[in-house]
Amino acid sequence: MTSTRVVVTGLGATSPVGGDVASTWDALIEGRSGVRLLEEEWAESLGARIGARVAVEPSEVLDRVKARRLDRSGQFAVVAAQEAWADAGFEGPAGEVDVDPERLAVAMASGIGGVTTLLSNYDTLLKSGPRRVSPLSIPMLMPNGPAAAVGLLIRAKAGVHTPVSACASGNESIALGVDLIRLGRADVVVVGGTEAAVHVLPMAAFGQMMALSKRNDDPTAASRPWDKGRDGFVLGEGAGALVLESAEHAAARGARVYAEVAGAAITADAHDIAQPDPAGAGATRAMKRALVEGDLSAADVVHINAHATSTPQGDVAEALAIRNALGDHADGAVVTSTKSMTGHLLGAAGALESIATILALHHRVVPGTINLDDPEDVGLDLADKNRDLPAGDLAALNNSFGFGGHNVAIAFRSV
Amino acid sequence: MPSTEEIRTDLAAIVNEVAGIPEADVQLDKSFVDDLDVDSLSMVEVVVAAEEKFGVTIPDDEVKNLKTVGDAVSFIEKAL
Repeated sequence: MTSTRVVVTGLGATSPVGGDVASTWDALIEGRSGVRLLEEEWAESLGARIGARVAVEPSEVLDRVKARRLDRSGQFAVVAAQEAWADAGFEGPAGEVDVDPERLAVAMASGIGGVTTLLSNYDTLLKSGPRRVSPLSIPMLMPNGPAAAVGLLIRAKAGVHTPVSACASGNESIALGVDLIRLGRADVVVVGGTEAAVHVLPMAAFGQMMALSKRNDDPTAASRPWDKGRDGFVLGEGAGALVLESAEHAAARGARVYAEVAGAAITADAHDIAQPDPAGAGATRAMKRALVEGDLSAADVVHINAHATSTPQGDVAEALAIRNALGDHADGAVVTSTKSMTGHLLGAAGALESIATILALHHRVVPGTINLDDPEDVGLDLADKNRDLPAGDLAALNNSFGFGGHNVAIAFRSV
Repeated sequence: MPSTEEIRTDLAAIVNEVAGIPEADVQLDKSFVDDLDVDSLSMVEVVVAAEEKFGVTIPDDEVKNLKTVGDAVSFIEKAL
């Protein structure tokens, strides 16, 4: 399959383990957990009272007035996007640097949108009446608010998009960015995902789905993908952003390239609104298609950053899907779960974990999965500690799956 | 009853909180839109915050007449 090559030229993040990409990566390599007992009063009534808040509050980074016009998810998106933009070598908005605004797009995903703005304004409405509801509520709570804020920041005029597919949203934004470049609609696309849902309602609702870990007495041990003691995921928050660029455009401006996005594939289970297909067929198809699209074979894959949220059912279904996608070559792939340290960032997970996948190829080391004390026998090479990757041309996959039966696999190639 | 200057000072604090305009710039002769760059949504926030602060009601129809800081201060003085 011949098409425009798409490369990654900038990375940005704000996560539960670091306020930027460098500190996040250091934490992943050191195996530090960002999961904490939630101290808020509202958490006292919940069965699951642990979460992974961002390591650095956006108010410490953003201008105060700018920040108060954004939902917390928009604040995270702007923090991550401005880091990624600068990391790609751009010192100003499009038009003032080597990017044409009309050839620059944004795809910034969210799983849940501006839920804290929505709920806090509803509280205000009930308490003080409609006259006290903020006139900024709509631009703050709309799911495309973070994408629009990023578009304003970098002056993107080729289109601003917000893919929404629950916990696959972040990866879907990468897939969309790749499409936009391959279709010739943009030269550069800032993609990513953001989520700020550590709030009593989403926590209560996920709790009612029996989805959350209740290991309240040992928060840093709560997110334990593939470990036999796992009992659910830990809700995290934050954002990840990547600058995608056509290889031609990147080369013309002499940009530093982290990796190539070789393939990006989206499938759907058509099985159940919340449960993964136990056979993992849709996930298998996504991984296979991402490889085909990237002109890669299963033998090329040396690393997989799994979706692996630490739920009893999902981790096993994904392992089966990986085995079915790669066959015997699955033995040659080191598999890890970033969520063991960051918790589950929902719509931001795919973006943050794609950054981790890219950096694993870039630095030739896979951060180990923490809390993997008593691993389930899933027939994969699970990284229970950091693992070196070989020299040469390598490929890696990042998986993200979402409620609704969404599966998105991204295949990266080292440069 | 607060003085005109006290009302202006309190209003300046609100404009600073909402729009980040330095309080010293919020003088009676300044236009919210042309001089202080307060956009329409921020103006609604200023009005709502002023209603809470001063305990007055500023009807929606009246807001369009409040072009300058002085207009707003005199409206609040009369409404108190």
